[in-house]
Amino acid sequence: MTSSSTNARAANLFLRRNKLYLSLFIGGMILLTAVTSRMTDFNFRDGIGAVPKVIVWSLHNFVPDAKALERLPKMLDKMADTVFMSIMSSVTAALFAFLFALTGSVTTRPNGFFAVLARGIALINRNIPVVAWAMIFLLTFGQSSFTGFLALFFTSFGLLTRFFMETIDEASVSTVEALRAVGASFPQIVARAVIPTTLPQLVSWILYMIEVNIRSATLVGLLTGSGIGFIFDLYYKSLQYKSASLLVILIMVVVLSIEVISNTLRRKIL
Amino acid sequence: MALLEVTGLTKYYNKDAPALKDVTFSVKKGEFVAVIGPSGSGKTTLIRCINRLIEATEGKIKYSKAGDMLALRGRELRQARTGLGMIFQHYNLVSRLSVLENVLHGRLGYKGPLAGIFGIYTEEEKAKAVEVLTLLGLEDFMYRRCDQLSGGQKQRVGIARALVQDPRMILCDEPISSLDPGSAKVIMDYLRKVQREMGITIFINLHQVDVARKYAGRILGFNKGKLVFDGPAEELKNKQIKEIYGTEADDLILN
Ligand SMILES: Nc1ncnc2c1ncn2[C@@H]1O[C@H](COP(=O)(O)OP(=O)(O)OP(=O)(O)O)[C@@H](O)[C@H]1O
Ligand SMILES: [Mg+2]
Repeated sequence: MTSSSTNARAANLFLRRNKLYLSLFIGGMILLTAVTSRMTDFNFRDGIGAVPKVIVWSLHNFVPDAKALERLPKMLDKMADTVFMSIMSSVTAALFAFLFALTGSVTTRPNGFFAVLARGIALINRNIPVVAWAMIFLLTFGQSSFTGFLALFFTSFGLLTRFFMETIDEASVSTVEALRAVGASFPQIVARAVIPTTLPQLVSWILYMIEVNIRSATLVGLLTGSGIGFIFDLYYKSLQYKSASLLVILIMVVVLSIEVISNTLRRKIL
Repeated sequence: MALLEVTGLTKYYNKDAPALKDVTFSVKKGEFVAVIGPSGSGKTTLIRCINRLIEATEGKIKYSKAGDMLALRGRELRQARTGLGMIFQHYNLVSRLSVLENVLHGRLGYKGPLAGIFGIYTEEEKAKAVEVLTLLGLEDFMYRRCDQLSGGQKQRVGIARALVQDPRMILCDEPISSLDPGSAKVIMDYLRKVQREMGITIFINLHQVDVARKYAGRILGFNKGKLVFDGPAEELKNKQIKEIYGTEADDLILN
């Protein structure tokens, strides 16, 4: 048998196997959905059937009234707290994340041991959910906005470290190499090659983190008794759905505007 | 006296086969040396071992006054690199910065930490950069961002960055492989000019045997990590090309 026909057969087998994997994957997903919905007693038909009823009920109960509008200034005040906290936690996290990303990325790491350490710390941080962080800091610092800040900070830090590492490895390999060849020192390489090549993406990730944090800040606020989450909890528990719904609309407006702003910024800098 | 002396250079990426095996040669000041060989024969590995972008497994590399490159650490290594330029197939420029800033990067090795970090250059350094850019016909592009240049122009910026280092030798890893024939010729002519007029040694990896023969005074031929030919360009005949390229040689044989 000639080697080219063996090769052709191997290639065929390879392609067929890839196709098989894909079918297995899709089949697996369907099966998984079926099994999990069974286990959680979730019924698609009932679920979809309930949608109209939900709409009618919410129209009745959730349309903000005059009393809700009266509370708007207070809501805006709390909203500002939440936005500031999200921005602050994202930006501080970004500073630390950049240092850790430099230490951990394949392109720039100065030392193998510290690289593993940096990656490990970031990994642990991002795999603890933000709610769990909030619980942890609740025990230490009690209900305060500082607790919320810390919870957001630690998850953002873990996530941003990973995003930054990927960005550095993707964008600056060639320029880092060129500056190493020129005899530049590590800080010089960071300042003249890594930052200029990655800055637009880094900023883009920070903006994304701010968006995410505004969403999670609401949830974290529920636990830590601060910001928008706190008053949402208040309205909700005292059955003032109309105010709560105004708050939800406000959150949506803010999150959407932040998204629009950051998309515009992103387009400008990229 | 030799400018570069490579002795018994060996590089293993993994345990199977060495990418370079016991390579010994030396380069005199002012030579134009081309390195040829089939894909995977170790040309890139060799060039990068010389300036330590890749760590060799074994051997000695003596360059200029730096002593054994392989023994250098930290500051000493950076100092040795300042006198050794390098240009790349994909130019490796910071595309969001201007041509001028990219060229000045060639000075970083000479700068103190803070001046380097903030990109503060002396008047002489700026004058030197402008002079080199003019030499390479880029005076009208100085303030242009590098991502707005053509491939040939980018490679000229690469050469300019190497030249402001005041190097005694420039390493070139396939500098014309991403260029059209016209721009490739321009780049090769500039490299020849740099060698002839400034006395800077050129050490260049090439895929094109005809280009190597046309420009280089001396040719090193590699096959599977071994140096199988080392001689003047005129001595590279079909027989030697066969030795270097093996069965691939048929496409390269010139009549
Ligand atoms: N980072 C690496 N890890 C493992 N093996 C490598 C690595 N880089 C190169 N090699 C191997 O070392 C050998 C020499 O590679 P090298 O890139 O030096 O060849 P080359 O002559 O420059 O080839 P080309 O003409 O294609 O650029 C090849 O077999 C290659 O697969
Ligand atoms: Mg190569």
